[in-house]
Amino acid sequence: MTTTLERPSQRTEPRRRPGRGRWRGTAVAWLFLAPALILFLYFKFIPMFEGLRMSFFKVQPFLGDEWVGLDNYATIMSDDAFVSAVWHSVLLAVGTTVGSLVLGLALALLIEGPARYLWFVRTAAFLPVVTTMAAVAEVWRIMYHPGDTGLLNSILGWVAIEPQPFLASEDTSLWSIMGMSIWRGTPYDMMIFLAGLVGIDRTLYEAAAVDGASTWSRLRHITLPALRPVFWILFTLAAIRGLRVFVEVYVLTNGGPNGSSEVLMTLIYKLGFQRSELGIAAAGGIVLFVATLVLTVSVQLMRRRQAS
Amino acid sequence: MRFDSALGLEAKKGPLATTGKVLVYSVMVLVFTGPLVGLLVSAFSKTLDPTSFSLWPDEFTLENFTQAADKNVYLYLFNSFVVVGFGLALQMIVSVFAAYSLARKKFRGMTFVMLIMLATMMLPEEIIAIPLSLVLADMPLIHANLINSYAGMILPVGAWGFSILVMTEFMKEVPVELEEAARIDGAGELRTFFTIILPLCKPALGVIGVFGFTMIWDQYLLPLIVANESSHWTLPIALRSLRSDEEVGIGILLAASLLALLPSVIAFLAFQRQFMRGLTSGAIKG
Repeated sequence: MTTTLERPSQRTEPRRRPGRGRWRGTAVAWLFLAPALILFLYFKFIPMFEGLRMSFFKVQPFLGDEWVGLDNYATIMSDDAFVSAVWHSVLLAVGTTVGSLVLGLALALLIEGPARYLWFVRTAAFLPVVTTMAAVAEVWRIMYHPGDTGLLNSILGWVAIEPQPFLASEDTSLWSIMGMSIWRGTPYDMMIFLAGLVGIDRTLYEAAAVDGASTWSRLRHITLPALRPVFWILFTLAAIRGLRVFVEVYVLTNGGPNGSSEVLMTLIYKLGFQRSELGIAAAGGIVLFVATLVLTVSVQLMRRRQAS
Repeated sequence: MRFDSALGLEAKKGPLATTGKVLVYSVMVLVFTGPLVGLLVSAFSKTLDPTSFSLWPDEFTLENFTQAADKNVYLYLFNSFVVVGFGLALQMIVSVFAAYSLARKKFRGMTFVMLIMLATMMLPEEIIAIPLSLVLADMPLIHANLINSYAGMILPVGAWGFSILVMTEFMKEVPVELEEAARIDGAGELRTFFTIILPLCKPALGVIGVFGFTMIWDQYLLPLIVANESSHWTLPIALRSLRSDEEVGIGILLAASLLALLPSVIAFLAFQRQFMRGLTSGAIKG
């Protein structure tokens, strides 16, 4: 009796027999997911919770950990080096983000179009994005050579500007790092803006031109509003990336001279691996994580408010 | 009036407009490729002066590359290739398997798994570097030490949320009818997967392949915490040690930098279309 009742459902959905079949499907699904989940568990989630746990302990690898409550957080928050590292990180993040966005948008507008030579310009300009950070940073370190024979100083010499110390001075080190980051971030933003520009309805431009609108008002009233979603995505991505910058600073200055370009990640790295203050370093990591989270959520909220 | 772009620059003709365009585009290309061309040229030049770095070839030589052998540069390059080779293979296999489940199966807990994937993308690796180094030194449950091993640099990049999500989106597009036809013919789960689904996903494999390659090749912090001894260094983290050598100048550093930089540039140029597709889909979907 039951078999005859089951038959119709079998015909409409041949692979899913009730009971055993569904259970089997679920098992197969989890089996295919297992490698990814295990790797995420080991290398993302366990470290995350371990970091949270460590931030409440004085971590001593061979002596056993000692509970210290919020002491690590108190230590790091009152540390001048940490406070100035936060300030440098924020400055670097904001400068790089704004610089790359503005330049990226300007360049995207300049090289938009279907022509073949524009495709070449785009490809060439995009190269910095795919290059290996560590290698590029070594190149920039050489170009930033403070002597008047350094490449950038020679170029400045042509336009009669005095040689700059770049990475070697406390006043200019952070700006020099920002310069390289903008160089590498601009083509990325440019490419995403270009993808956004392609999606804009051409007939809008034509209608505006017929109505006698200037290039500027066309840009302001058609192009820029259409790019708004792209802008927010790029802003969020870049700001998060900027806050956790490490390789650029580590290779170019390692935080120097005299801590003038120390950012959060280089400081955390030094605390953890050179001074073995693992608990304090972990607390620093959690602070950075919370900052990233707050930034992401507030950008989303701002975006939603603007949309409504 | 026709518009191919927002500014309508293409429609502007005449000597002044043409000069302006040529000037702007040349400056752009020069600024963004100049440092890279400079590296290419200088790596093959005989430069003794540690500060000089020029766009004009001095005196063509392969000396920098032969001297690099004495500094173990080719060992580091080999290490990099081992990590990227096995890492990318693992990452792609893990991604297609996970995507198959997420795209083709309905099961309890699926939303939860999707949330996990998104959470891993929100969680920057840099933040977990310190605890990760402890986890790698003594893996929970299995108590293995992955410090100073290739596995320590390969396994952590094995699962990548971006790759899984790109693959999932693509697999959703594969028609269900094909899969059902195979099943009616008696093909098992794995066989359907390998003979029906995977061949149809070739374009997406290109996307996650080229992105995975550049992502793994550019890893810095992970090898830095894993490879304590120079025998396991990858090329990017070895660069720092090459520059402090005053007696040999910057020739070796330049040669090594070029070797560190070329593979991802070549991967990009060879798979440009896939790269652009992944770039826009990844960024637009957040």
